[in-house]
Amino acid sequence: MQFFFEVLIGGLLSGVMYSLVALGFVLIYKASGVFNFAQGAMVFFAALTFVGVMELGAPFALALVITFLAMVVLGVVTEKFVLRPLVNQPQITLFMATIGLAFLIEGLAQGVWGASVRGLEIPGIQDEPIQWAMDQWGIGISRFDLFAAGVSAVLVSVLAVFFNKTRVGRALRAVADDHQAALAIGIPLQNIWRIVWAVAGFVALVAGLMWGARNGVQFALTFVALKALPVLIIGGFESVAGAIVGGLIIGAAEKLGEVYLGPMVGGGIEGWFPYVMALLFLLVRPEGLFGERHIDRV
Amino acid sequence: MLYREAGQFKATYAEDQRIFPIRQDRIAIALILVFFFVLVPAFANQYWLQAILVPVLIFSLAAIGLNILTGYAGQLSLGSAAFMAVGAFAAYNFMLRVPGMPILVAFVLGGLCAAGVGILFGLPSLRIKGFYLAVATLAAQFFVVWALTKFPWFSNNSSSGVISAQQVKILGYAFVSPESKYLLTLAVVTVLALAAKNLVRSSIGRSWMAIRDMDVAAEVIGFRPMRTKLSAFAISSFYCGVAGALYAYTYLGTVEPEGFNLDMSFKILFMIIIGGVGSILGSFLGAAFIVLLPIFLNISMHVLGDAVPKGLASNLELIVFGGLIIFFLIVEPHGLARLWQIGKEKLRLWPFPH
Amino acid sequence: MKLKQSALIGLAVAAALGTAAVQAADQYVGLPSYRVGPYAAGGSGIFGGMIDYFQLVNARDGGINGVKLIWEECETEYNNARGVECWERMKKGGPTGNTVFHPLSTGITYSVIEKAPADKIPVISLGYGRTDASDGRIFPYIFPLLTNYWSQNTAKIKFIGAKEGGMDKLKGKKIVNIYHDSAYGKETIPVLDAQAKMYGFTVKHIPVAHPGNEQQSQWLQVRQDKPDWVILRGWGVMNPTALKAAAKIGFPRDKIVGVWWSGAEEDTIPAGSAAKGYISAGFNVAGTNYPVIKDIEKHVVAKNKSNMEDKSRIGSVYYNRGVVHGIITVEAIRKAQEKYGKGKSITGEQMRWGIENLNIDAALLKKLGAEGFMPPLKMSCANHEGSGLVKFQQWDGDKWKVLTDWIESDQKLVRGMVEESAAKYAKEKNITPRDCSKEG
Repeated sequence: MQFFFEVLIGGLLSGVMYSLVALGFVLIYKASGVFNFAQGAMVFFAALTFVGVMELGAPFALALVITFLAMVVLGVVTEKFVLRPLVNQPQITLFMATIGLAFLIEGLAQGVWGASVRGLEIPGIQDEPIQWAMDQWGIGISRFDLFAAGVSAVLVSVLAVFFNKTRVGRALRAVADDHQAALAIGIPLQNIWRIVWAVAGFVALVAGLMWGARNGVQFALTFVALKALPVLIIGGFESVAGAIVGGLIIGAAEKLGEVYLGPMVGGGIEGWFPYVMALLFLLVRPEGLFGERHIDRV
Repeated sequence: MLYREAGQFKATYAEDQRIFPIRQDRIAIALILVFFFVLVPAFANQYWLQAILVPVLIFSLAAIGLNILTGYAGQLSLGSAAFMAVGAFAAYNFMLRVPGMPILVAFVLGGLCAAGVGILFGLPSLRIKGFYLAVATLAAQFFVVWALTKFPWFSNNSSSGVISAQQVKILGYAFVSPESKYLLTLAVVTVLALAAKNLVRSSIGRSWMAIRDMDVAAEVIGFRPMRTKLSAFAISSFYCGVAGALYAYTYLGTVEPEGFNLDMSFKILFMIIIGGVGSILGSFLGAAFIVLLPIFLNISMHVLGDAVPKGLASNLELIVFGGLIIFFLIVEPHGLARLWQIGKEKLRLWPFPH
Repeated sequence: MKLKQSALIGLAVAAALGTAAVQAADQYVGLPSYRVGPYAAGGSGIFGGMIDYFQLVNARDGGINGVKLIWEECETEYNNARGVECWERMKKGGPTGNTVFHPLSTGITYSVIEKAPADKIPVISLGYGRTDASDGRIFPYIFPLLTNYWSQNTAKIKFIGAKEGGMDKLKGKKIVNIYHDSAYGKETIPVLDAQAKMYGFTVKHIPVAHPGNEQQSQWLQVRQDKPDWVILRGWGVMNPTALKAAAKIGFPRDKIVGVWWSGAEEDTIPAGSAAKGYISAGFNVAGTNYPVIKDIEKHVVAKNKSNMEDKSRIGSVYYNRGVVHGIITVEAIRKAQEKYGKGKSITGEQMRWGIENLNIDAALLKKLGAEGFMPPLKMSCANHEGSGLVKFQQWDGDKWKVLTDWIESDQKLVRGMVEESAAKYAKEKNITPRDCSKEG
């Protein structure tokens, strides 16, 4: 039973890490209807830029600010040169454009900072089991994972406040509901998109720092996007809350599945198990847990 | 002047129902076929045959497969490479385990196996749509590659999980030279492409398009969504499966499951988007574009010489590749096939545009 | 474009001398490199080291008996189809075609296995690729040089045995094999099982799904099983993640033994302090304290000609592995020249003979300034592996430290398995094995 809880808690905490990445997808999808496959590349770009700036001698806080500015620039440039010319195109075209964008960002990141892989340690946070949990229940809980969970909780709260309480946030939701109606009542669409991409860039930065500290800063950070996709299916593409809940479900199910179901079929099922689970989930709820129900009219 | 259909009367139903109703098109197709069947193998060097033309043809076939699903039936899929893998491994196992199996039959059976897997993973399409479906097809992508690696039976218990394609022999003739492999690929692709061209004009093709354009309306007027969607998945996967078998038998010779990764699925999706969604011709143009562009960029980067460090040059290739894709999507979102169509319209009027 | 440049320089020199008679021969090597994507760190390090060694030979010795090395890079992005394109593009390069192909990817190696004999260009897969190609009778053109995965694994068990105080102490021990769930990762399962039977230890295989950036469940299982040793057969991001996850559950890092594709700076630096104490196998060592690296620093790096963008990586595991690639390539060309004419460009077919008769013994290693840098190598027609020696190194939190001398692998066990597997391939493909007694 102890082991079960250990796996479960570990899975939930990993799930939070997936949510961090999924959040970036949700923000952009919500505001512009773009399924932004470049989110993984943005995570990589942010982490690499951050570490690169640190290597040049900048302190932690300054590096954070510089990287954030870089992400804002990236977001604005993307809006101007990719999204705006493609407005009103079918979703799949936009999706493909973001894959092209992913190539571009990956090349840019490695072209600027080189191919070397780097370590990233967040000062003061060691990735070790918490002693008293060990003594008390015999369960290993990583200090770092708890920290990451805390960071995501803060991030989600901030985003929730931002969406619900601020003027820009309300405008964002209006745009998400109906582009044309929002335009008609005088909401500047392009500004809104720029803001969303900048915010998504910020989320990518946070995710990049967390994942970078976990696995090292290297190209494989782009693969975290693949972990986020089943989360999106379960949570729904348009819901911030869904990203969190979906992340928890996927994280826990994936770990429990690997430990308990994996050995029956030879293991290594983590690659596809979340997808199959999400698929089964969809059969029951085709819009995900928190997705908006669309009614087709003829 | 040259491209004018005036004066071409259709006197019989057969004439009316031709694949290429305009005489000039027929002549053009015939010339193209002659060019690729006769002139290319006679004059092209090995590099072009083995490294360029064969993969372009194979990917064209896979792109046709995906185009049937995405372009005609409107179902987005990110698992094409997995269906290619199924085709390759199934063909291998039929050749291995059934003595005297003719290679072409093995290709067809490989395609049929892929079709079966395609139907299985197409089932969710009855309930879900759009990106939800796209992400769901990723399940196929990851599951198939995992299964092929995991169960040694598929690769005849080879310790590393790779398969080596058997020799291709038809009626005692061994396809060893690059020319013969190219011709075999070309023949298979031509037949299947013409079949696809026919298929999308048939009643099944029209039912796909009805579902694509509006599935509720299609259902109301009597198309059964289940049969229509699943048939699209099956036929699309069949094409991908045959393409996978060709990939193993006439192109690489030795394949590993990991070779059929998500990257390849994306490449195939790129092909149809760049080439033109819902166009057989577009599949060929897109495949040629996506296969050739990185090679072209790589060769042209050599012009820079040592002025740019090699690492940066390689990354520049990637940046330009990504940038060009975005550029093409912006300039011509309907793909290269649309450019051809516009050209055709212009030709019709030329040289008297009024 | 080195090719064009050296050709231009050659022309300029010829013109300056006013005679067209002195046309120096060139030896062309096509390099299918990869400098973008997930494995760019490995690609840029290894190809950088190889190119720097070529430059050293050209600058210091004036080439091989006067024959200058020329090379051309072709980006593969670690993709099989791109690798095949590079093969086809480069096979006719230079005066005598491509000399040798270093795919540096197991997938690309497999993709060119049948092209190699057809085009008569040897393929060197140094420390990767198809293990059973060590049987040169069936794979005349494929050279998985130095040490294949199976050999390496037997050396690993020997190392563990030595640590435990004797092979007999292995009895009853528990070893967990954490492997990348792919063709590459699965490859050592049979040899580990065979050894478990031989020495009486138990082995459990735990796969990690690609890319391996999540390993919590695997390491929780390790914690549950409490093994004595963990063998890490990782690749790319899987390695630092494994080390981090091991730290997370408190598994001692000095009980983890990695394969050499888990044993570079790129695998430990991202894991930070979690990597300290971790042990990995290697067929080359890290560090700049070898005459050959010193020479590169003097003749290449100091003249600002190094191929490495990040000079601090000179002397890293991957860079030095690239130098080993360079040494073997150059020495095989030299060997082939001895038979087919000194000072002449050789063909791929002649190169094959050169590799097959290569003998890099201790004296030659000393002369090359690579004593202890790489194992001695003696090739033959039947044996395309040539060495089977492995060193072990430990990460001290800052750099790799050599832990052992060359450890011999269990060739008796491995060779039997290699021949059995190769024979199966030969039967499938209708290949008649060469008769090695007739080879000159």
